[in-house]
Amino acid sequence: MNPTALLLATFVLSIVGLFAFIWSLRSGLFDRESSGAGVIFAPEEIGRYDDPAEGVTRLVPDDARQQAELRDRAAADRATAVPVFVLFTFAVVWLLVGSAAGLLSSLKLHLPDLLVEQAWLTFGRMRTIHLNAVAYGWAPLGLLGLVVWLLPRLLRTPLRYPRLIIAGAFIWNAGLVAGLVGLANGLNTGMEWLEIPWYIGTLFAVGGMMIGLPMAFMLRRRTVHHLYVSVWYIGAALFWFPILYIVANIPGLHFGVEQATMNWWYGHNVLGLFYTPISIACVYYFLPKVIGRPVQSYNLSLLGFWTLAFFYGQVGAHHLIGGPIPEWLVTLSIVQSMMMLIPVLAFSVNQHLTLKGHFALLKRSHTLRFIVFGAMMYTVASVQGSAHALRSLNALTHFTHFTVAHAHIGMYGFVSMVLFGGMYFAVPRVLDVTWPKPALISLHFWLVVAGFAAYIVLLSTGGVLQGLALLDGATPFIESVRVTKPWLLGRSIGGGLMTLGHIVFAVHFYLALKAAERQRQADVAATSHVQPDPAPLSAAN
Amino acid sequence: MENEIKLVGGAVLTLALATAAMIVVPFMQLKDVPPPAGLAPYTEQELRGRQVYIANGCIACHTQQPSTIGAGRADAVRGWGRPSVAADYFHDRPTLLGTMRTGPDLFNVGDRIPSEDWHHVHLYQPRAYVPDSTMPAYPFLYETMVAVEVPPGQYTVPIPDAHAPRGRKVVPTRDAEDLVAYLKAMTRQYDVAEPLDAAAAKALASELRGRTRQED
Repeated sequence: MNPTALLLATFVLSIVGLFAFIWSLRSGLFDRESSGAGVIFAPEEIGRYDDPAEGVTRLVPDDARQQAELRDRAAADRATAVPVFVLFTFAVVWLLVGSAAGLLSSLKLHLPDLLVEQAWLTFGRMRTIHLNAVAYGWAPLGLLGLVVWLLPRLLRTPLRYPRLIIAGAFIWNAGLVAGLVGLANGLNTGMEWLEIPWYIGTLFAVGGMMIGLPMAFMLRRRTVHHLYVSVWYIGAALFWFPILYIVANIPGLHFGVEQATMNWWYGHNVLGLFYTPISIACVYYFLPKVIGRPVQSYNLSLLGFWTLAFFYGQVGAHHLIGGPIPEWLVTLSIVQSMMMLIPVLAFSVNQHLTLKGHFALLKRSHTLRFIVFGAMMYTVASVQGSAHALRSLNALTHFTHFTVAHAHIGMYGFVSMVLFGGMYFAVPRVLDVTWPKPALISLHFWLVVAGFAAYIVLLSTGGVLQGLALLDGATPFIESVRVTKPWLLGRSIGGGLMTLGHIVFAVHFYLALKAAERQRQADVAATSHVQPDPAPLSAAN
Repeated sequence: MENEIKLVGGAVLTLALATAAMIVVPFMQLKDVPPPAGLAPYTEQELRGRQVYIANGCIACHTQQPSTIGAGRADAVRGWGRPSVAADYFHDRPTLLGTMRTGPDLFNVGDRIPSEDWHHVHLYQPRAYVPDSTMPAYPFLYETMVAVEVPPGQYTVPIPDAHAPRGRKVVPTRDAEDLVAYLKAMTRQYDVAEPLDAAAAKALASELRGRTRQED
């Protein structure tokens, strides 16, 4: 049979199946149905602005039922304190390590004789350390920290086995330290995004499961009837990541060009089916929460979720357009890349409509500023990604610095900014403190936004010029190097500003921990002071 | 959505579809592709050199895939060889296709630049030959010693005076020798038939055979 017809038939059939499946899950497809969307609010919280990053205190409602709900939520927040603190602290440390390695790599691209005497400082190793520190340190640990804090709120069930999560976090980090030390010493598998060998990666698998399993079990123990949209994304991502990582690391299975297609199946899906869905889950939680308004169209989010689940998994081969892999696979990936516009638009339109009329709050709320910036960058990164999956644009931009800029719009502009916003919201609730110096939050925001803007604009421009030089066979290759130099220098300046912002953030995070510790000691002192009279204390409990 | 079984089941199903498309089918399609007759397996030294290439992250800037679109075509105009096909990577575990052309594609670098001296000088100090290069220098792959220390018969790297360390000779370490052996081995000048073309040819052949039988 004609392979093109077979492929087309499979494609049409699976799309029909997908939409039938989404149809089976809908409730009143075209209603503005908000009972599901309202599940993250106590009734009085709707219409009320909430941002702990700005020091907004918890609501004290009038009726007993809501009081009980909010008391449970506060208890759930506190029960997550230690695992969230551990995960966030590791994440912040890896953010600093990753920034330093990234900045040094960036400098080396225009100062090639900088620090060349030591093997571990060479560009190829430093860049790999940068990628792994942010891809296996900062982003997943930070996102998992937010998930550990969010799920008990979303499922209204207390976090169970917090010690398992803490132990898992330590095992994961032991794996990452071993992996990065290995990379510095030249222990590398040679596959992008999978540079850390499987026998060290086993620690990620074990640690990740110890973090993920308590949360998977919480799904069964939930006391809410309805699963909020954030739960779909988080729940799916917690199952997707282990499958991706384990299949990619089966020793001895993959070979030749099949290994290359596997590599991009993994490389693109770890972005699309792990970082992206968890970050989207955070946007779906924090954006409505801060402005006090349920998500505009719940059915649109349902469509967005399942189309993302379906299309994203198959886009990876657009990294191998024109490469030595079967042509049908490239075509499939290009088609699915274009289909990704559906979930992206569903998400973007939904967030825009939810936020409509509340834009003034962007001036006020630190959390909202980071989250909305992140959501906008998701749209930009995705539309850009779909566009340059097309053969004609891909020919120009792929293999150039443009792709690096694109990756940073996704992993930084979107994922990291959402993570910053989420942490600014969650930390005060988890540790029962207020951020000691709110001005530092603004400083952090403007430093990283300025740095990021410079980074993206300059590097993308340099990348296009590089691509034009590469495309012209009459131009000597070195011209494509020469033309990028000023833009690479500009990128380093942008990266420097971003790193500066991260230092501000890390210092502020440390100050908040100190404040929480002082608070705790004050509480202990107060409690021991009351101790002679135990009766009122037990009554209060 | 109220049902977590539907959620997790649907999520796993969508990923299974993607896995089938991107791993299982390519696995089955490619597992029996034979190596081209003209492709020699790597020697032990070349394999060690390949590890040096991997360890130092050369893939961060260099591809090994002359593609059929874009820069790959321009490279063909530059005389850097035909587009690669799956069979070319028969001995590569893993393939080092790469995603960045900050530096040139290396799939046929051994054909372009067969000189051992050139590679050593260029690795020690790329700007000795290419003033605008942004490739890092790799002095840690070399030892420097004063002339009297150099054992008789030892190869020394002929570095131009402007870039040579003062009063010292430069001697490659084993890693440098292995890496250069690997770079020199990267030449794919043999002819290959596309697997799809081969399938089409086979189909045509059997069709013709059927027709001959009918005529008999």
